[in-house]
Amino acid sequence: MKAHFGRRYMLSASHRLHTDALSAEENRATYGKCNNPHGHGHNYVVEVLVGGAVDPETGMVVNMATLDEVVQKRVMERFDHTNLNLDSLFVNCVPTTENLCRAVFELLKDALPCGELERVRVEETENNFFEYAGE
Amino acid sequence: MIELTRRATFSASHFYWNDAWPAEKNEQVFGRCANRNGHGHNYTLEVTVAGQPDPVTGFVVDLKWLKDVMEREVLAAYDHRHLNLEVAEFAATVPTTENIAIAAWKRLEPVIESAGGARLSRVRIYETAEIFAEYRGEA
Repeated sequence: MKAHFGRRYMLSASHRLHTDALSAEENRATYGKCNNPHGHGHNYVVEVLVGGAVDPETGMVVNMATLDEVVQKRVMERFDHTNLNLDSLFVNCVPTTENLCRAVFELLKDALPCGELERVRVEETENNFFEYAGE
Repeated sequence: MIELTRRATFSASHFYWNDAWPAEKNEQVFGRCANRNGHGHNYTLEVTVAGQPDPVTGFVVDLKWLKDVMEREVLAAYDHRHLNLEVAEFAATVPTTENIAIAAWKRLEPVIESAGGARLSRVRIYETAEIFAEYRGEA
């Protein structure tokens, strides 16, 4: 019997939206306040949705403690209280929340203890969020 | 097609325990949730139905009707109850968030189905603001 288990995590990080592919003026026009050279930060909420069969013995799609360990190790330790622009994943990739969402999905998709990663949602603020479910 | 979602809250206690396992394994797998004295949550039940808006009323379903169905079929059985001890479907099934979502679906689906309008699309149960499970029926 397939069900889904979802879990929300919070991480705080800074970023600056800027690409060398555009001029300084074009960057300012494209990214507005987010192009501030000194960067700015968010409390991101990362929502992980795992799908799979409910184990008849445990009643679980995935053990939350094990999922927490994986997310902690692969996502939180990597991004929490960091400057996203300095992460190797964002050297040639603007750390928009779209790209952060996809990066989180890629970091987790083969690392889950069981079940399948169905979707990652990253909320940048209460009013905007991004979702990625793989290709 | 339009999806329409209604939320309701209920408060209940539970613990996680599999009688087929020794105590040590229960404690190892379920951690703090294996405390046999139980613990509780304020759950949120989120029910999504899907269908076409009625050409006369503009409703996918009457929200008051859906509220009553949720209260009668789920909240009346779960609210202010000990799920392990007082709810039949958890006598031999661990009341994890996943299993509560499935059980709530089974309670709601026949009633919504027999009404002949919208179909049940998803049941989501929040155990806390950070933890939820959802069930969409057997695909």
